[in-house]
Amino acid sequence: MDAILKVDHVTMKFGGVTAIDDLSFEVPRGSIYGLIGPNGAGKTTIFNIITGNLKPTKGRIFLDGEDITGIKPNKAVYKGIARTFQNIRLFKSMTVLDNILIGFDSAAKYTYFEAILRFPRYFKYEKIIRQKAYELLKIFNIEEFANLNATALSYGNQRKVEIARALATNPKLLLLDEPAAGMNPKETAELSEIIHKIKKDFNLSILLIEHDMKFVNAMCEKLTVLDYGEKIFEGKPSDAIVDKRVIAAYLGDFTHA
Amino acid sequence: MDMQIFLQQLVNGASLGSMYALIAIGYTMVYGVLRLINFAHGDIMMVGAFLTFFGVSSGLSFEVSVLIGIVGAAIVGILTDKVAYKPLRDAPKISLLITAIGISFFLENLFTVLFGATPKAFKAPDYLTKVFHVGDIYLPISVIIIPTVTLIILAVVLWILYKTKQGMAIRALAFDIQTVKLMGIDADKIIMIVFIIGSSLAAIGGIFYAVSYPSIDPLMGIIVGLKAFAAAVLGGIGSVGGAVIGGFILGFTEILVVALFPELGGYKDAFAFFFLILVLLFKPTGIMGQDLERGRF
Amino acid sequence: MSKTVSYLIYTSLVVAYLAFVYYAQDLFDSYTLSILSNIGIFAILALSYNLINGVTGQFSLEPNGFVAIGAYFTALLLIPAETKIDMFALTDPAPIILQMKAQFLPAILIGGIAAAFVALLLSFPVFRVRGDYLAIVTLGFGFIIRILAINNPEYTNGAMGLNDIPTPDNIFNWIGIIALITFIAMLHIIYSKFGRGMKAVRDDEDAAVAMGLNTFKLKTVAFMTSAFFEGVGGGLLASLLTTITPDQFSFLLTFQLLIIIVLGGLGSMSGALLATILVMGGMEWLRFLDEDMVIFGMHTGAHPGMRMVVFSILLIIMMLFARRGLLGDKELPEVLSILKNKLTKRK
Repeated sequence: MDAILKVDHVTMKFGGVTAIDDLSFEVPRGSIYGLIGPNGAGKTTIFNIITGNLKPTKGRIFLDGEDITGIKPNKAVYKGIARTFQNIRLFKSMTVLDNILIGFDSAAKYTYFEAILRFPRYFKYEKIIRQKAYELLKIFNIEEFANLNATALSYGNQRKVEIARALATNPKLLLLDEPAAGMNPKETAELSEIIHKIKKDFNLSILLIEHDMKFVNAMCEKLTVLDYGEKIFEGKPSDAIVDKRVIAAYLGDFTHA
Repeated sequence: MDMQIFLQQLVNGASLGSMYALIAIGYTMVYGVLRLINFAHGDIMMVGAFLTFFGVSSGLSFEVSVLIGIVGAAIVGILTDKVAYKPLRDAPKISLLITAIGISFFLENLFTVLFGATPKAFKAPDYLTKVFHVGDIYLPISVIIIPTVTLIILAVVLWILYKTKQGMAIRALAFDIQTVKLMGIDADKIIMIVFIIGSSLAAIGGIFYAVSYPSIDPLMGIIVGLKAFAAAVLGGIGSVGGAVIGGFILGFTEILVVALFPELGGYKDAFAFFFLILVLLFKPTGIMGQDLERGRF
Repeated sequence: MSKTVSYLIYTSLVVAYLAFVYYAQDLFDSYTLSILSNIGIFAILALSYNLINGVTGQFSLEPNGFVAIGAYFTALLLIPAETKIDMFALTDPAPIILQMKAQFLPAILIGGIAAAFVALLLSFPVFRVRGDYLAIVTLGFGFIIRILAINNPEYTNGAMGLNDIPTPDNIFNWIGIIALITFIAMLHIIYSKFGRGMKAVRDDEDAAVAMGLNTFKLKTVAFMTSAFFEGVGGGLLASLLTTITPDQFSFLLTFQLLIIIVLGGLGSMSGALLATILVMGGMEWLRFLDEDMVIFGMHTGAHPGMRMVVFSILLIIMMLFARRGLLGDKELPEVLSILKNKLTKRK
């Protein structure tokens, strides 16, 4: 398989607690891959390992064949990984547009002095990234909110801003941590559409953590189920729902998002 | 160096180190539970010394004045938390730090207004200023009393932290304040206890300082406070044992280095800063290496 | 308001300001000029202090240290060698001190560069770890500068300080223009990817890192920029006052700047300008508190320090009840338009 991401026998221990136990899986290039499991199963922990926020006790992470284990988080972005957060971490003092422009930071190729002295390169690149930012806003249908403070938007729209911001960093692999959390069915459907669209338009691979099984079903081609840090299933969503171990882990509760 | 002189400096260093240790404990405990560098803490030390001075110059006995000093400092500490820090518990960190500086500056200027800026002579009772001569060593009795009392206090504090319910709550608070609140523990009361302990210790440190260097001024808390904080960082911020270790290391270093290299005398106050930079460069968690994300005293 | 109209307004404001600076020396008496000069220098200091503290959110207490560095470098570059030989009372000046010589503008700039270099050195230990320590390190740093100045008399004339620092006749013009340049430079930084990055570090440093920002570099750049302009302000101060001593650059200076940027609104450059005028005015106006006052026929006696007691209480009250200061983290045009919207809505 042409894997964009390979998680290779990763174990994560915090003192006496084993949060992740010998986890391995591969995300095929160009796919939408799910990571599900009950609360505390270790999903966000493995995200943090992939993005470099945590160094695994054992095991390696490979992006596009390159070993990126323990890389610094901002380096990981440079390598092509971008992420969103479970509890939406937008920059609260800034506008929607400015939040997204942060994602385009590396695309604005002017120096500090060129900015202070307002050399032509400053104007050239500011124009370029603003244009790109507006294009992203259009895709997510939030163009009208560009100059509002990020916190003024509805929860669903804030989530969109966060994804757009991550997209602005031009990633190969997008990590979405519970993107549909707190959304109503209409918003969830819209989000589902948008994610499919950006995957196609931007040639992305997507790894997402989710609870909402309907969403997972609609989105993911393949998934891994975690329970207490261990992989208990890997395969198609439709097969996951009927797998005995998965059912036991969730205590049969699949309709709840 | 001559053995006599070395021993002399050793005892001086122990005495100075004790004072730093007492003040450093307060810094480290408040940082542990609130993640706040209480800039006003050094000034609490000054408050303790001045209230004691005020008692003595008003004619009260030394012992009663010391009590007033300690209790007064504790009250100032509690008030500081209640009035200025508690309302800002959920505010951004920088607001808290700015307020702490504000309180510090306020105390310094208030006591300048009340007592004047010129240094005051601190009259300690005779039993504390008696001097022994052991060979060539000049041994003021304070130099023995201070470290001894400090170690006793340290033992008491550690006993409180590890053998009482309140102490356990303090350690839990340093670990995770949200969970502790969810468990029905009155976090504010525990924080108040921390301020009481820290402020009282700082006051005692201030009184010891006043006995050893018999002049006090309203700005004495700043430099000593800074150094005590550096000592706390050196020992490992959040660790009471570390604060004491850091305090003694700093005290010994200041005395011994100047004794060995008198030409460095003017730089005595810079050693603390030097240690601070070293720690930040090479081992930010300090000697006791407490990672406060898994906080323990 | 259309872009051309705002552009016209800003340009006319700048022209009016420059005219004011140019003609001020003819219009005002020397007392007023000295007050305006102080306000100008404090504005430079407040604007730069605002960058590391307000915009980047790193609580620092550095100004008095960097101002001292700038002041000493500039002074040593401006004072002629013969004057130095007479002035240095404690020991002979070191040879390099006698060689140091520069024209006014280069001397000021070198003061700034020296400060920025020291800021770079401090950045390495401090910004690698918890930002909490920046405040303590910069607080200590201010004391260290004083210790260094006192203990190296062959370079600094020790506790006696330096005097006979030359002042150009048009110092007021220099201050006015540099203040304007500082303000414009700060605005250019804020409205660029660097300003956005600094604000992101302030709002949520972990998220900023997750978006690929090199937060260490951003913090260091902000810190060095603040240091540079604070050094420049220090150089101007040395030239204006003609005399500097190690004790002059105490924490009081930093505290005043802190009050200014909090009052103006942490992160707002135009707020810092407004607040400079208010606080400097207030400090003068409240001077009577430090002197003997007669209340209800009774003398209070002179109590130096009373004024700062009032100011520290003011700061604490601001932090408790008006943390966002006058303009919050926005600039004046934005605040005005928000007000306008609020007022027109009511109708």
